[in-house]
Amino acid sequence: MSRLAAADATLAYDSRVVAEHLSVAVPDSSFTVVVGPNACGKSTLLRALARMLKPRTGAVLLDGESIGTLPARKVARTLGLLPQSSVAPDGITVGDLVARGRYPHQGLLRQWSREDERVVQESMAATGVGELADRYVDELSGGQRQRVWIAMALAQQTPLLLLDEPTTYLDIQHQIDVLDLCAELHETQGRTLVAVLHDLNHAARYATHLIAMRDGQVVAEGAPGDIVDAELVERVFGLKCQVIADPETGTPLVVPAARKARAGAAGWV
Amino acid sequence: MRTLNVRGTKGDLSVRLDLRALLVCLLLAAAALAAAVVLVGTGDFPISFGEVVRTLFGGGDAGQRFVVRELRLPRVLVGLLVGAALGLAGAVFQAVSRNPLGSPDVLGISHGSAVGALVVIVLFKGGSEAVAFGAVAGGIATGAAIYLLAWQRGVAGYRLVLVGIGAAAILTGVINYLLTKADLVDAARATLWITGSLGGRDWTHVWPLAAVCAVLVPVVLACGRPLRMMEMGDDTAYALGVPVERVRLVALLAAVLLTAAATAAAGPVAFVALTAPQLARRLTRAPGPNLAPAALMGAALLIVADWGAQRAFGADQVPVGVVTGVLGGVYLLWLLAAERRAGRI
Repeated sequence: MSRLAAADATLAYDSRVVAEHLSVAVPDSSFTVVVGPNACGKSTLLRALARMLKPRTGAVLLDGESIGTLPARKVARTLGLLPQSSVAPDGITVGDLVARGRYPHQGLLRQWSREDERVVQESMAATGVGELADRYVDELSGGQRQRVWIAMALAQQTPLLLLDEPTTYLDIQHQIDVLDLCAELHETQGRTLVAVLHDLNHAARYATHLIAMRDGQVVAEGAPGDIVDAELVERVFGLKCQVIADPETGTPLVVPAARKARAGAAGWV
Repeated sequence: MRTLNVRGTKGDLSVRLDLRALLVCLLLAAAALAAAVVLVGTGDFPISFGEVVRTLFGGGDAGQRFVVRELRLPRVLVGLLVGAALGLAGAVFQAVSRNPLGSPDVLGISHGSAVGALVVIVLFKGGSEAVAFGAVAGGIATGAAIYLLAWQRGVAGYRLVLVGIGAAAILTGVINYLLTKADLVDAARATLWITGSLGGRDWTHVWPLAAVCAVLVPVVLACGRPLRMMEMGDDTAYALGVPVERVRLVALLAAVLLTAAATAAAGPVAFVALTAPQLARRLTRAPGPNLAPAALMGAALLIVADWGAQRAFGADQVPVGVVTGVLGGVYLLWLLAAERRAGRI
C-alpha cells in the first residue's frame, strides 16, 4: 500500500526538464531513501512529493487524490517536510520554534491548546532537545539545531515526513545521530519517512526501501540488500567498486576501487 | 518567552499572548496617546494637559473647544494614523523582504507617491485633493511595477529589495526633473510636500485615512500568523500549510495601500516605516513581524517628532519630515555600527 506516489509525472523548472514520466510509490510505514548522483532529480522528486513543484504532466497522489487540488492545511496535517534550508528567526527559543510546527492544527481562536502543548513536549522529548527548550536556537551546535528542526516537523504530527538531505553540513557523529533518530522515529512511531541522502553507505544501512535514480529515471528500487551490488553502483554513479557486507549490520557496504584500478579501467593515466 | 494562555473549558478555544509584547504594546499606546494630548496643547495658544483632556471629553470654553477640536485634534489624529500606517507597512515590507532595510520608503513606494503628487502639482497645478489622489495612484502604480518586475516563480526577498532600490533611484531622478521644471511657487509647494508635513491638516484629511486604516489594518494583522511562519523560509512555511505567495501578495498590497494613503495625507514622511518596526522589535525581543507593536511605535514616533518639529527650533516651526529624517539617519548609522559589531556586515 502506498499513500504517497508520483504517477507518470514530468518534472521541470521553467524550460529545464528534470524527469519525464517518473512513477514512484512510497511504501507505507517504510523508511524510504532516495539516492543518486548530483542533478539526477532526487531533490526535485522530493519537492514534487511535497507539492512544492507542480508536475507538468502526470500527478502526485496523496491518498489517491492529486496533491495540488487538496487544501494546503489538510496536506500539511498529513505530509511534513524538512527542507534543506530553513532560517531560524533571530532570538527564537527552541520551545517556540518547535511550537511553530503546530501551525496547521491552529487557528485564530485555537492558538495554543493543551493538545498543542502536549505534542510539543513529546516531540522535544523524542528528539532529545527537551532540556534545551529555553535556549536560543542560534546558540546551538549544528547537530542540535537539526534535532530541533526535526522536532518541529514531528510536532506537525504527520504520518508522512519528507527530509531533504538532513545530514548535509553535519559532522560524521551528528550525521549518524540524525539518522539514528530517523530510524527510531520510523520504528517506534510507525511514521513513513522519505529522505534524500548523499551517502550511499548511510542509505544502505538505514533505508528499508531504497530508490536509486539517474538522469531523472528510477534505475532500481527495493530493499538495499536486494538491489545494491557493484553493477548497480557503477550504473548509477559511474563508480567502480566492491560491495561487501557491512561488518556492523550486514547491509551492503560500498568500497570504491583503488585509484589505479579505476584509472586503468577508464583508460586514464 | 513568557506567555499568558487563555483557554475555554471545552478545549476548542485557546488564545496565547506574549506577555512582554503585550506590555510593550500597552506602554507604546499610552505613550502615543499622552504625546498626542501634549501635542494638542502645544502652540501659540498653550493649553494644559488636564484642560486638553477635559475639552476632548466635552468640557472647556468655546475658544478652547474650537482650538482643540477644529484646529489641532485633526492634525494630531492624522499624525497618529500616518505613523501607525507607516509602521505597519514597514513591518510587512521588512518581513516579506526578510531585510531590515526593506521598507516602503527605501524600496520606492514613497518615491512613487511623490512622483504622482508632483505631477499633479507641477504639470496640472491641481488642488490638495488632486495631489492626494496623485500620491495614491503613484504609490500603487510603483508597488505593482515592483511586484511584477521582481516576479520569477514567486517574489523572493532579495529580488524585491534590488528591484525596489532600482525603482527608488529612477523615481528620484523623475522627482528632480519635475522640480527643475516647476516655477518658483509650485517648486516651493512641491518641496514642502516632499518633506512631509502635518501643517494645516483638518478633518477632510482624517476621514479618508481613517477609513483606509479601518479596512486594511485588520487585513494586515490577519496576515501576522502566516508571516511569522514565512520568517523561516518559503519552503518551511509552505510545508506548514501557509499559502506563501497569496499571503505575500495580500500583505504587500495592503502595505502599499497603507503607505500610499499615509503619504497622500502627510507627504512621504521619512524613515518612520524603516525605524518603527526595528525599534518595536528591540523592545518586544520577540521573533516574528511584530505588527501591532510596530504600528503603535510608528504612531508614537510621528507624534513625538511633530512635537519636536514645533518646539525644538524656537518660533521657527519645521515640517515633521525634517525631524524624522534626522532621527532616522542617526538610527540608521547606529544600526550599521551595531550590525558591524555583531559581525553581520
